[in-house]
Order: sequence, then C-alpha cells, then structure tokens
Amino acid sequence: MDVIRFWLDHRAEVLALLGQHMLLAGLSTLVAAAIAVPLGISAAHRPRLSAPLVGLANAVQTVPSLAMFGFLLPLPLLGGIGSRTAIVALTLYALLPILRTTITGITGIDRSVRDAGIALGMTPRQLLWQVEIPLAIPSIVSGMRIAAVVAVGSATIAAAVGAGGLGEYIYRGLAMVDTTVILAGAIPAAALALLVDLALWWAQRRTTRRHGSSSLRVPLAIAGTCGALLLTAWAVLSWRATDVVVVGSKNFAEQLVLAEIVAQTLERDAGMRVDRRLNLGGTLICDRALLAGDIDVYVEYTGTALTAVFGQPLGTSRAQVTGTVRELYARSGRTLLPPLGFDNTFAMLVRGADARARGLQTIDDAARESPGWRAAFGYEFLDRPDGYAGLAKAYGIRLAEPPTSMDLSLTYRALASGQVDLIAGDATSGLIRALDLVALEDTRGYFPPYDAVPVARSESLRRHPAMRRALEGLGGRITAAHMREMNHRVEALRQPPADVARAFLAGEIEPR
Amino acid sequence: MTAAAVDFRGVSFRHADGTPVLDGLTLTIAPGEVVALLGRSGAGKSTALRLVNRMLLPTGGSVMVDGRDTRSWDPIMLRRRIGYVLQDGGLFPHLSVADNVGLVPRLEGWLQADVDARVRELLGLVGLPPERFASRWPEELSGGQRQRVGVARALAADPPVLLMDEPFGALDPMTRAELQQETAQLQQRLGKTILLVTHDVEEALLLSDRICIIEDGKLQACVAATAFDKADDPVITALRDARLRDRTR
Repeated sequence: MDVIRFWLDHRAEVLALLGQHMLLAGLSTLVAAAIAVPLGISAAHRPRLSAPLVGLANAVQTVPSLAMFGFLLPLPLLGGIGSRTAIVALTLYALLPILRTTITGITGIDRSVRDAGIALGMTPRQLLWQVEIPLAIPSIVSGMRIAAVVAVGSATIAAAVGAGGLGEYIYRGLAMVDTTVILAGAIPAAALALLVDLALWWAQRRTTRRHGSSSLRVPLAIAGTCGALLLTAWAVLSWRATDVVVVGSKNFAEQLVLAEIVAQTLERDAGMRVDRRLNLGGTLICDRALLAGDIDVYVEYTGTALTAVFGQPLGTSRAQVTGTVRELYARSGRTLLPPLGFDNTFAMLVRGADARARGLQTIDDAARESPGWRAAFGYEFLDRPDGYAGLAKAYGIRLAEPPTSMDLSLTYRALASGQVDLIAGDATSGLIRALDLVALEDTRGYFPPYDAVPVARSESLRRHPAMRRALEGLGGRITAAHMREMNHRVEALRQPPADVARAFLAGEIEPR
Repeated sequence: MTAAAVDFRGVSFRHADGTPVLDGLTLTIAPGEVVALLGRSGAGKSTALRLVNRMLLPTGGSVMVDGRDTRSWDPIMLRRRIGYVLQDGGLFPHLSVADNVGLVPRLEGWLQADVDARVRELLGLVGLPPERFASRWPEELSGGQRQRVGVARALAADPPVLLMDEPFGALDPMTRAELQQETAQLQQRLGKTILLVTHDVEEALLLSDRICIIEDGKLQACVAATAFDKADDPVITALRDARLRDRTR
C-alpha cells in the first residue's frame, strides 16, 4: 500500500523513469538487432565464422555490468555518464540471443527450399532477401524477444551510470534502506518485462503465420523507422547544455545528502543551473565521469582517493594524505576544494548486544573473537588497498569463512538481523544508532583519514568563478555530528535527501 | 540434325572428400526428348540433374546445354531456362501458391499483370482452379496439390528444359498414378526436353521416350521405352523380371 501511495505522490517521476527505462531497453534491443542480424546472417553462410562469433558474444555476456561500465566510461563517443554508456552496455548484452537465433533461423531452413531457390535461378542476394530472411524472421523475432526481456531486466543497472530508468528507485531504495522505494522501481520493471514478453510473443506468432511477399516489407519499414528514431535519440542523448553544472554522487545515503547540499548551494549562492547525476555505481564510475567531463563535481573522501583512485600506499597523516591527493588531482585537471569538515572513516561494526556482552571496544577485541564469526562487506571494501585484506593482516583477523560481498547498504541489515557478525560501515552512518550497532576503535591506525571533500574539474571552476566561491564556502561547515544526524534522517526516518540538505542549509539540523 | 538439348560428355563427379559419384557418364538428349534415369538411391541420378543446371560442376568431362559447356554459362541465366521439380515440391512456405508459381517471371522482371495472367494459365494447366488455389498457402495443400504447384512453378517462364527429381515419389499410389497420367498429357502438348529421375519403372515407361539405367555412377544401359519389353540387355531383363514379380504379387 505504501508503494501505491509512493507512486501517486511521485506520478510524474515514475512516468519519466518508466519512459527512460523503455527507451533504454528498446533502443539497446534495436541497436543489438541492427548489429547481430547482419552478423548472424553472414555467420550462417560461413560456418567457420560462426563459432568464434558466438563465443565472443558469449564472453561479452559474462562481463559483470559494473566492470563493463568501467571499460566503457573512458571511451570517446560511446562512453561517459548517462544513457549512452548504458545503452552500449545493454546492447552488448543483447547481442548473443539475437545472434544465436539469427544463425539457427538461417541454417535451419529446409534444404529443399533453399535448393528450389537456387534451381529456379535466384541470385544469392535474391535468395537471401526473398527466401532466407523471410523464413528466418520468426526465429529472429524470438531472439529479439529474449533480448528485449533481458534488456528490460538489466536496464535497472543503468542507474549506476546515471542513465535513469526504474533502477533509479532500486538504487535509491538501497541507499536509503527503504523497501518501499525499492519496490516502487522493482514492481514496474518486472511488470514491464512481462508485458514486453507478451507483446513480442504475439509478434512472434504473427510472423510465424504466412504473410506472403509483404512479410518482409513490414519488418523493413519498422526497422527503418526505428533507425531514424534511434539517430534522433542518440543525438538528443549526446547533447549537453554548456551552462549547466553537473553534480554527481555515489550510491549511498550520505553521498546523496552531500550532493544535494552541493547542488543547492550552487543553485542558491552561485545562481547556477544544476543537473544531478546521483546514485552512480561507486568510486570508479564517479572518478571516470569527472575525468571525462560528464560530471563537474562530486564529494570524495581523501583516503579513498589516495588508495582507490590513485592506487597509492596507505598514509595515515592527515596533512600528508590531503597534500598527496590534491597534487594528484591537480595533475589530471581536477581541483580538491576545502574539506567539508568531517572524517567518514570505515567503521568496523558489531551488534550493540555483542559489544556489551563480550566487552568489544577495539578492532583488536574483534580479531580475538573472529574465528567464530562471519562477515559481509560492500564490493569495494573487499578489493580496495585500504580494505579487508590489509585490515586482516594488520589485526590478525581470521574469520570462520571468507567474507560475503554484498551491496554496502544491505550489510547493515545483515548485521542487525544476525546473519553476519562483522561489517565495514561508514563512521557517519545514521544506521549505527538506528540499528543499535557499535563502531570498534581503530587503535592501530590502519585506516587513513577519509575527509569528505568536493572534487571539481579545474576547467569548470575557471569557467564559473562563482562555483568555486560557493564550494569554498562549504569548507569546514559539516561536522561528523551533523552528518550522522542527516544520515539518520534519511536512513532511519526516510526523509528525502533533498529535504534534509535543505534543512541543513537553513541551519535546522542539530548536531548529535 | 539440331544440336542436343543436353549432352553429357564423359562426365565424372566426385565430392570434395574424393568420394566418386559419377564416372564417365556419356548421354545425349535431343530437344523434345524425355529421358528417364532409373537406378537405386545413391546411384548418382540426382547428381546428374544438378550438373545440368550447374548446381554442381563436373570434376571431369563436360555437360553441354544447348551446345554450350555449363562452365561457360552464367549460372543464373542457365537456371532460368531450366525448370526444376523437386520431390516434395520444394515450395516456399512463406509464399502463396500464386507467388510461388509467379516467382521466376517476377525475377525475370515481368509486369505484374503478365505474371498474374501466366499464373492463372499455369494453375489451370495443372488442374488447380486459380480462383480456389491462387491465394492458398503451401501448408494448406495436399501432397498432390503441392506437386502440381511445383510443376506449374517449373513451367512458369516456359523453359525449354525440365528437370524432375523423383517428382511423384512422396505421393500415395492413387494420386501418383493420376499425376503421372496428367504429366504425360501435358508433355504431349508442351513438348519439353525432360530429364526425369525416378526409381519407378512404370513411371519411366509411361512418361519417357528412353530409359537409362545408372548403377554405381556408371550408365549401364539405355533403351527406348517402346523396346523395353523386348530388349535382351541383362540389366534390362533383370529389371523386367523384377517388374513382373511386383505385378504378380
């Protein structure tokens, strides 16, 4: 019922996201068909080509979506934050089913029918267009049906690169730990998948019945129209207004609040038009987007920048870390602005009940207990140089089984509900209080400082002096206590990040 | 004497892997003559047909059509003047009866009105009233009807030569007999040069002027249909005996 109220309250947004979702899935399926059908046809005539081609498409399909985005983002023309990257990725995933069914559609044609065509004096081209393609169409349509349904499902990942779609709600819901918002995106996405499946099943049946010589004219007309639409859409998607500043964020609650604070400050103090590309799927994607100029500013954490972005060894002195990061950013055309005022270090978290019962206060205490424990970490924490491997070595942690990796936002619930015993959360997370968790002290100083700090493209700052002034004005304004309260409001009280940011800028947030 | 319509001159054919199919086949077919190629499955009969319309090229010797080596014919031009009837009709399942029959005239660039007229004429010729059959789909036809459409399609552009590859092999005996009769009558009116592949002696006797027997890729014997009963070639007599046994059974 909450979901229905949510839809009614966000009518316009739901429709816009649904539209984006359909555009993403539809365009990618059509582009995939435009590539895979001709490829499949030539592969069907050259058996030696077909196995490697299908193998390649197979391999592409096994690339995880975030890795795919990582490859695509820095590419000119194809990459970048937004719909293009998402469409390219979805297209690559849709190639395989269409390629397969095209090949089987052509090679499965009755030999006597093909022979008849040859014997009647058809040229290879006439045979292709008048016999092979019309007869393969039902099979090709069945491949497009599979591809389209898969595309509708996987288009939810498009939100990770700021392409919108219903995944936006799923990511937002995950970031805000709000099941209603997750369902608000997941239910229409599933319904859409069923609907598309049904519609194409009908199309498949229609093409399976005989439709005479007109059978080719209709699909060709549709393909032509779609091609024209495609070019228009591509042009629209590639266009970006020059006087707009784009603010990005990663996909968890604090980042959404910080991005809103930055965006609203730019709108209010610098009088700029701001585009929000929030909920991007992680540090890598934000960094690539900033580098490529798809976003102009986002809030990073110094320790994360040092280790995850620049691959430098851990450093623990605050001044040294900030200095190194500022220097490295400057070399790649980006500017580190004054830190916002709080350090969001990794917090090794345990249940409050466990901490009280066993007297757990430091990570050393946890290491002692760890042989009987299970742990879950966000994807990044498992790979980062300042992540789990180093921590385990520094403190001698030995878990009962290798840690599970899952979405960062979900680890809090997993800990609170007793499925795991140790997680790595954010020190400023509002859920620590809401779920009665306890942060263990890093007595050995393993984690570097993670000062929250806006990073902007130097070129954007030069072009908009007011933008620099506004961002500098945020320096030192947000304390850890402020941040915890704001995160609490989003994660536990489910207030929209934009409202929380507005309250902060109006001075209505009490630090706690 | 006019040039042979089709002339096999010492023709051999082996597959790419070296398996021999035809070995030194020499056979001359005069214009308007109907020749039946008789033999077991795999004897090389169908291969002989495919050499005529250049769906295959001989690996030895040469096949002449209208006095020209098939190697020097443009394959498309060659095939459009040679009708081809396949065992199960080989109709295009996605085209209506009319579109199947009108295919070659359309490929030849005829005006649509001419194509339509020709389709009506041909359907009438093979005993399928156009008003009932023109707009049907192949899957809606019986085996015999499909075969009639196949014959009409092969005749559409009025080719002087017709290749028939076990045209009635898949039909029930009643329909087969009926179609054989009608084809014989049709041939009397049209006077095509026909190369017919079959393993049915009765069919060969009914339709052809000359019967040639192929075994293991070699031409074993050729005999005029009228001389079949009296020929003393051992291959023919063996065939005749087999036929008698069939009849008395």
